[in-house]
Amino acid sequence: MEGAAEPGNLAGVRHIILVLSGKGGVGKSTVSTELALALRHAGKKVGILDVDLCGPSIPRMLGAQGRAVHQCDRGWAPVFLDREQSISLMSVGFLLEKPDEAVVWRGPKKNALIKQFVSDVAWGELDYLVVDTPPGTSDEHMAAIEALRPYQPLGALVVTTPQAVSVGDVRRELTFCRKTGLRVMGVVENMSGFTCPHCAECTSVFSRGGGEELAQLAGVPFLGSVPLDPALMRSLEEGHDFIQEFPGSPAFAALTSIAQKILDATPACLP
Amino acid sequence: MEEVPHDCPGADSPQAGRGASCQGCPNQRLCASGAGATPDPAIEEIKEKMKTVKHKILVLSGKGGVGKSTFSAHLARGLAEDENTQIALLDIDICGPSIPKIMGLEGEQVHQSGSGWSPVYVEDNLGVMSVGFLLSSPDDAVIWRGPKKNGMIKQFLRDVDWGEVDYLIVDTPPGTSDEHLSVVQYLAAAHIDGAVIITTPQEVSLQDVRKEINFCRKVKLPIIGVVENMSGFICPKCKKESQIFPPTTGGAELMCQDLEVPLLGRVPLDPLIGIQEFCNLHQSKEENLISS
Repeated sequence: MEGAAEPGNLAGVRHIILVLSGKGGVGKSTVSTELALALRHAGKKVGILDVDLCGPSIPRMLGAQGRAVHQCDRGWAPVFLDREQSISLMSVGFLLEKPDEAVVWRGPKKNALIKQFVSDVAWGELDYLVVDTPPGTSDEHMAAIEALRPYQPLGALVVTTPQAVSVGDVRRELTFCRKTGLRVMGVVENMSGFTCPHCAECTSVFSRGGGEELAQLAGVPFLGSVPLDPALMRSLEEGHDFIQEFPGSPAFAALTSIAQKILDATPACLP
Repeated sequence: MEEVPHDCPGADSPQAGRGASCQGCPNQRLCASGAGATPDPAIEEIKEKMKTVKHKILVLSGKGGVGKSTFSAHLARGLAEDENTQIALLDIDICGPSIPKIMGLEGEQVHQSGSGWSPVYVEDNLGVMSVGFLLSSPDDAVIWRGPKKNGMIKQFLRDVDWGEVDYLIVDTPPGTSDEHLSVVQYLAAAHIDGAVIITTPQEVSLQDVRKEINFCRKVKLPIIGVVENMSGFICPKCKKESQIFPPTTGGAELMCQDLEVPLLGRVPLDPLIGIQEFCNLHQSKEENLISS
């Protein structure tokens, strides 16, 4: 095995995108999952790194619960979700003996695992690595950014919901991005209204307008609003590919448009 | 405490500083000296301080965005409807302090007195404390690692002059990490009545909430029960019900049966809550919550 000259496990990863929010429950994991699926449907090879150690949601959203992680000669092999190996995933969820086991760790131990996730997972060649994070501006975020900094992440997608309570936390996340030198690719507003399946009346369940106002206030692009969509919810619950199965559903247009904006914002790479 | 070996035995373990994995750890000497094994003096100080607090309730969830802060605020307001009851609401979500906004107290500042920090009183009998009151701008981010967050929580419990309190309600961030361990450890000698755990109906929440229930059992924190929030939505136009967050695996009801914890009740999605919080109206929906 080569020593210091061996390139790191991220050397084959062309673009890294972090998905952040100051607020919990706004849809970071949903956006990470759907973005990854949409990019894969656009012909890209995508990896997802789930650094939410206390609440790892991504395995379930992609129907990968219970999968095992194997060692290879360069470290851990990520879990591949398809035969073509076009989408792969690493999450602490795969390392738990029982799915309901709580990861009750303080900061230093979380930092150590996140560093390992960045340096010891053999991602191989990827067009995009999407990094899903827990809510907040603390250990996990600092550890992920420190470990990823040498690989120059493309930037951060910041997710909010429309109401003031979310926007209040997400403003702080934008400050975090500024202070850590992480470029904000844009703001996504999730849970933007619900269309009643009985009468088609659209209700702003979680208030309205906050995402777009926040993007304007912070001088960053507004990437789009994703409505509440029962078909999206079910796909996430059951681990199905929403992008493939529900092209006519309300959230599909918004999510694919956001993915297209990411593709458009990605600089071309030298071969 | 930044770089800790992967197989760290723990600062309070008999192997602290002596194990094979301790070699090279920056804290090795500190651990080997036995410093980690002595209890934090703050625990006794907090026990003394908490003697004037009759009941302590933690509001938890493994999952973010399920309505912990909303529930905590409405519970506090509901209990405070009885003018003879003194209520304290403590927000230990250091990175995402929502309570000031929900309670209509944005922009308020904390004052020091001879007996410690004064909570911000929204009513004569309802005092509130949050890191939000210590920030000078809504854009200020609290970018702190675990140990610094723990220090803040210790100060909130030890240095705030709550006075005589009937109920202390502690709103927490999502997860099972520093903040949760710290509040349980610091209040260990002072007796916590129990935890109310908030969830929403779908499995993506329940899978995190099961972990929170296991956390409570691990740290021997009694569970008062579970509240299922965002349970159904009534269309304001046609009045028909939809499940925006579908209980695909049986919702909180089945989880509570499986894990033998009480289900305290269900709260529907109500667009007015978002508007109320924005407009700082002081009506609350606590009747539903208290009666369950």
